[in-house]
Amino acid sequence: MSTFQIDFGGPQSKIVGIDLGTTNSLVAVMEPTGPRILSGIVPSVVSVTPDGQVIAGADARAMLITHPERSVYSVKRLMGRGTDDIQDELKLFPFHLADASDSVLRLQLGDKVMTPPEVSAHILRKLKHDAEAELGTPITQAVITVPAYFNDAQRQATKDAGRIAGLEVLRLVNEPTAAALAYGLDKRKEGVVAVYDFGGGTFDISILRLHDGIFEVLATNGDTHLGGDDIDNLLLRIAFEDIQSEWGEDISTKADAVQLLRRAVIDAKEKLSFVPSAAIGFDFGGKHYQREITVDVFNRLIEPIVERTLAPCRACIADAGVKVEDIHEVVMVGGSTRIPLVRSAVEKLFRSRPHTELNPDEVVALGAAVQAGVLSGDVQDQLLLDVTPLSLGIETMGGLVSKLIHRNSTIPASATEQFTTAVDGQRNVLIHVVQGERELVKDCRSLARFDLKDLPPMPAGLARIEVRFLIDANGILSVTARDVRTGAEQSIDVKPSYGLSDEQVEAMILESFEKAEADFQERQVREARVEADSMLAAMEKARHDATYQELTNEERTAIDASIQELLTVYNGSDHLAIREKLDQLNGATLRLAENMMNTAVRGALKGTKI
Amino acid sequence: MRFYEALGLEPALMLDAQDLQRRFYERSRQWHPDRFARASAAEQQKALEVTAVLNDAFRTLRDPVTRAGYFLGEHQIVSSKHPPAELLEEVFEMNMALDELRSGDESARANLVEARDRFVILRNEIDHGLSALFTQYDKSLHGNPDESLLLAIRGVLDRRQYVANLIRDVEKELNVHVSN
Repeated sequence: MSTFQIDFGGPQSKIVGIDLGTTNSLVAVMEPTGPRILSGIVPSVVSVTPDGQVIAGADARAMLITHPERSVYSVKRLMGRGTDDIQDELKLFPFHLADASDSVLRLQLGDKVMTPPEVSAHILRKLKHDAEAELGTPITQAVITVPAYFNDAQRQATKDAGRIAGLEVLRLVNEPTAAALAYGLDKRKEGVVAVYDFGGGTFDISILRLHDGIFEVLATNGDTHLGGDDIDNLLLRIAFEDIQSEWGEDISTKADAVQLLRRAVIDAKEKLSFVPSAAIGFDFGGKHYQREITVDVFNRLIEPIVERTLAPCRACIADAGVKVEDIHEVVMVGGSTRIPLVRSAVEKLFRSRPHTELNPDEVVALGAAVQAGVLSGDVQDQLLLDVTPLSLGIETMGGLVSKLIHRNSTIPASATEQFTTAVDGQRNVLIHVVQGERELVKDCRSLARFDLKDLPPMPAGLARIEVRFLIDANGILSVTARDVRTGAEQSIDVKPSYGLSDEQVEAMILESFEKAEADFQERQVREARVEADSMLAAMEKARHDATYQELTNEERTAIDASIQELLTVYNGSDHLAIREKLDQLNGATLRLAENMMNTAVRGALKGTKI
Repeated sequence: MRFYEALGLEPALMLDAQDLQRRFYERSRQWHPDRFARASAAEQQKALEVTAVLNDAFRTLRDPVTRAGYFLGEHQIVSSKHPPAELLEEVFEMNMALDELRSGDESARANLVEARDRFVILRNEIDHGLSALFTQYDKSLHGNPDESLLLAIRGVLDRRQYVANLIRDVEKELNVHVSN
């Protein structure tokens, strides 16, 4: 079967925009008429089927209830984190950790072990395939969005996920900034806007100044562990307690029950945005549980969570150096902004009615597509100037942090620092880089340890090594060092505190390529067999056709021989052999097919007036 | 001075904020890495380097205080570590009040608010004095730059930094111990 390839664009393939969300993910593309969502929402769920296949999206979400121990959701919460700092997540989410021999976090899904970037890569691969199917061209480059408040390790993990999925990540864009782009807000040439982004697992607030197509982020703030998930968990706990007292049974340890109840809770939560009262209904083990929740009760329950979003908003306004009355517009992003209490809290704080015209679930992906258009050159008049959300510092004497690049600095940003030795003959200097706003190293997040090594032996204080810290447009740090006296490049060993080393990512990419290769082989064999099946079925039918009887004996023998040869290779793994025998059978049946066609045409023409 | 060069400016202590912003946007449009996403690795690296310096420059120069700090640093004029003597008595009293508030004595709050307000007024006065000195120095740039003015500016900047830190410390305590 052949397909027509129509090339509308230039020689370059499309860059897609991807919103890799906590709950759902989406892929979009920029077109001359504007950004467009491709295919549909892909739930950010990954499962391993009992026969060992990894699946992502809606099918995986269905498995979440039937096979919770083989499925994972909200994996975004684990991106860029280590085994020692996710204890809070483990209390609330049914993540199954694999036994770890190192600090790298690994999840157990059935008999497979995967790191969070590998899990995310499966979601990305699904999006990539969906986009390729719809566009009819291979996709190799993408813009992926991340919460503005993601730290270096979380960003790096997202980029790693892209690489593992076979995508070159041209840019990581902050979700609220992407939303501002999607809103176009080009309608407004000048002014200050706020983007309030309350999603499934993260909260971000960004304040931007718009100037003639430039989107300059003035400040950003947020909480990478605050979202709709927290509301779900709140309602879940209440239901657990109810059920415990009604049934005398603790179902919170039963994974399948928890997932079923979680769905019921989410249904009720979503309904409460539109109706004054909704029921949490749950059937399990022949028992029924039902609880009515009114909007008043719901609002009282979630008020503390909504309140937690307001402090970052106030801090962001102060950091942006603007007053509330200077903010002309507020844009709402993320599914949780459908909740009326959230909307009224935002309206109260910013004293203006927030924008909700665009679907809050789609706006980030649309913005990512616009940014993809900027990178491809299709969009010329818009430019994003984003900031780093967290200050970058190094550890100094006594466990104190010396800040080098302050938060809300426009990226790319850099800082240079000189280092020397403290002891005669010292051969290396260790630099501990941290991210965060606190004064003490222990309260900040460790990013990496850089080892300036192989220094020439000399008296203390004589070595002069200049170290340059550079945060790129993705918000990711790189470090270079130079010996000031000789001008020579100084070698550095990098030990990331969390996440994967470059070698580990490379190994995963290699493995996924091998797997992709194997998958591809498998698919080609299957496709060849499907064609053989339909060919053989057609042949069996043709034997009863009058035209078959008109064939010579030689012709019939040739057909039977070809069928036998096809059947001998049919179960093999060589798709080319199957195709070869298929072609042979095609050749042998050529006259039969022609005769049948002619008969059919004659039949069709019979009784037709000419 | 490369931060001035990055924005196409002659070194000076007084700068026009709007002009600075315009130059920054103009150069961002030209050099931002987004414009080079499909360029060669070498061009991408160059765009990254140029934009990083441009951003560092704009961030440093747009605020008169950090701008002056950079300017003085480039002239090898470093800050002194001594607190301004004329403020010592007032600072001592303020620290006492801070200790009282920390130990739960709410009556200290009024004193602290008053002290904070006094320091804010002082900071504003310092800023006025600074811009006068900046203008005076910039004028001398046309003939023989007056290096003694730079030393004077250093002294004022140090005093300002000290006062700014005091305000920050008081506000931190006032916010932590919000009265009910």
